[in-house]
Amino acid sequence: MWRTVAVVTAAFAAAALAACSSSSSSSSTTTATSSAPATSATAAVSPSSGAAAAFPVTLNASNGNVTIRSKPARIVSLSPTSTEDLFAVGAGSQVVAVDADSNYPKGAPVTGLSGLTPNIEAIAKYNPSLVVAYQNVGGLVSGMTKLGIPVLIEPAVSTIDGVYAQIEQIGQATGHTAQADAVVASMKQQIATTVSQAGTASRGDTYYWELSANPYYSVTSATFIGQIVGLFGLKNIADAASKPSDGGYPELSEEYIVTAKPQIIFLADNEAADGGQTVAIVDKRPGWSGIPAVKDGEVIPLNDDIASRWGPRLPQLVAEIAAAVKNAPKG
Amino acid sequence: MRKLTALGIAAAFLVAAMLVGAFVGAADLNPLATAAALLDKIPFVSLPSSLSPLDKAVLFQIRLPRVVLAAMVGGLLALAGAGYQGVFRNPLVDSGMLGASAGAGLGATIMIVYFGGAGPSAIPVAAFVGSLAGVVVSYTTGVAASRHTVLTDGVATLLLAGIAVGSFLTAVQTVVLQHSASDIQTVYSWLLGSLSAATWQQVISILPYAAVSSAIILVHGRQLDVLAVGDEEARSLGTHPALVRGLVIAASALAAASAVAVSGLIGFVGIIIPHVARRLAGPSYTSVLPLSLIGGAGFLVLADTVARTVLSPAELPIGVVTAVVGAPAFVWVLHATQEART
Repeated sequence: MWRTVAVVTAAFAAAALAACSSSSSSSSTTTATSSAPATSATAAVSPSSGAAAAFPVTLNASNGNVTIRSKPARIVSLSPTSTEDLFAVGAGSQVVAVDADSNYPKGAPVTGLSGLTPNIEAIAKYNPSLVVAYQNVGGLVSGMTKLGIPVLIEPAVSTIDGVYAQIEQIGQATGHTAQADAVVASMKQQIATTVSQAGTASRGDTYYWELSANPYYSVTSATFIGQIVGLFGLKNIADAASKPSDGGYPELSEEYIVTAKPQIIFLADNEAADGGQTVAIVDKRPGWSGIPAVKDGEVIPLNDDIASRWGPRLPQLVAEIAAAVKNAPKG
Repeated sequence: MRKLTALGIAAAFLVAAMLVGAFVGAADLNPLATAAALLDKIPFVSLPSSLSPLDKAVLFQIRLPRVVLAAMVGGLLALAGAGYQGVFRNPLVDSGMLGASAGAGLGATIMIVYFGGAGPSAIPVAAFVGSLAGVVVSYTTGVAASRHTVLTDGVATLLLAGIAVGSFLTAVQTVVLQHSASDIQTVYSWLLGSLSAATWQQVISILPYAAVSSAIILVHGRQLDVLAVGDEEARSLGTHPALVRGLVIAASALAAASAVAVSGLIGFVGIIIPHVARRLAGPSYTSVLPLSLIGGAGFLVLADTVARTVLSPAELPIGVVTAVVGAPAFVWVLHATQEART
């Protein structure tokens, strides 16, 4: 009996943690069928007219080859990141329902649907022609397949290129190839500009990325987040503490964080829903006053949503990091 | 006569539960059209239904296999629990004891963490094997630890060995889980139990195990009653206590393992249902066993209906539903057992 109670408690904690630390590798190489006129040159001239000819399309998603017969008119998204992708590529008007966590963009048709514990019947009620999710749980893919509804699983990515590949795949799946290409090109350009403007003065500064407090979970340089911060040449204090078994998400002891003396602390858990670890709280943690980041006011509260997704708002996360780097001690 | 009345009540409960399960769901299918579609499936009855092809697929491919699977799992868990209770002469033994749940959890965790590529269909096999292996290890440990053989007088030793082995397997499972933080959510949602991925395929795959194990347990009701008066008396009445215990333990382990394989860990069904059966029709296992099978089936169909509708359009793990109902009921069982002794 007690084990069941403990498991229930642990499961909620684990689910909350997994929501921000799931790192399943994605194989989001996108391949259109040979019949699809997917060259960006022709499509760029007339963004939507080529869509009819682009179907049927077979996409290589993480759940295998997915064939979409015609331009999907009713899309259900169970992933906050994919919802942002869908609206960014111009497929927003085709989206009929998004899950409860999809809080961006504002106009998205939010429902009580869950991507964590999907209810097949509840999804079917929307009569979707395409379902997009970030994980295949609760028999989602097999259940939808029985109903003849294609499902695209777009899992958390491990590289920046993975972000671009998912946006392009969602563009192909929805008949918005050209706009997806444009979104990706713009993201690449914004990120390159931000990184080059930041200069190299702060290269070598150390940082600590906080996913959660009590216990202190962080990310290593090998993770998606680590690669983004790595664009600025910062050094990650979690790298030395990571073991292969933690999958790039080590649990750090408080003593280790304090003695590693990070020069910048990024808080991905500062909003109330994610732990509420505000800058004021971090400054007052016993023993933390000696950390350079705390002394120099370099504890940076991030937009938690953007920092835990892998979608079109990535340039904003890069800009938040750039602003922190700009004020950081030089050299 | 009391037994027949109780069986009638249980059967009516099961039919009612299955009808509720078939008519209620997140998809809000029109009840009249649903009834027509269901009646249409009966041989020689032909009724037009206004359900769309999508609605029909929801009813026949998503909802009905789930209702049927819930009935099978609930019946097996309750019957296995009742079987163990007869063997151990203790009404508080559950189907997950003797290392069965812990073994299934370890098997499923190993499959998810180390063989994730094998796909979701491999998890039930691993859980099934793990559950049976857990019972075998508990059993051999119990025999080794007991000076008497377990089959004669060592039932308490066997139960304690099961608890020790269960704790050990759970510890190993936790260590395995630490190797892969990204699998924590998958493992825990399996551990909490769910029928959300139910298919006709799963129904068919556990049917042979369910039929064989249920038949073996059900025919031993009379012998379990005889065992209750003591081994000496049982022998003088022509029963072989060792043989009966071995058969019923093996069949109960098989029943619990096939249930766990397709549903994950669902607690309390194996305790509550047999107890309610005793209250309805008295302590004889000739009535407790069939009542548990039918009542457990009806109970889990209702529990799963709650699991898939109460948080709709999300889902609640069914293990949470049975625990929320089961924990208070367990206290009630304890209380009632005390009263019966005084």
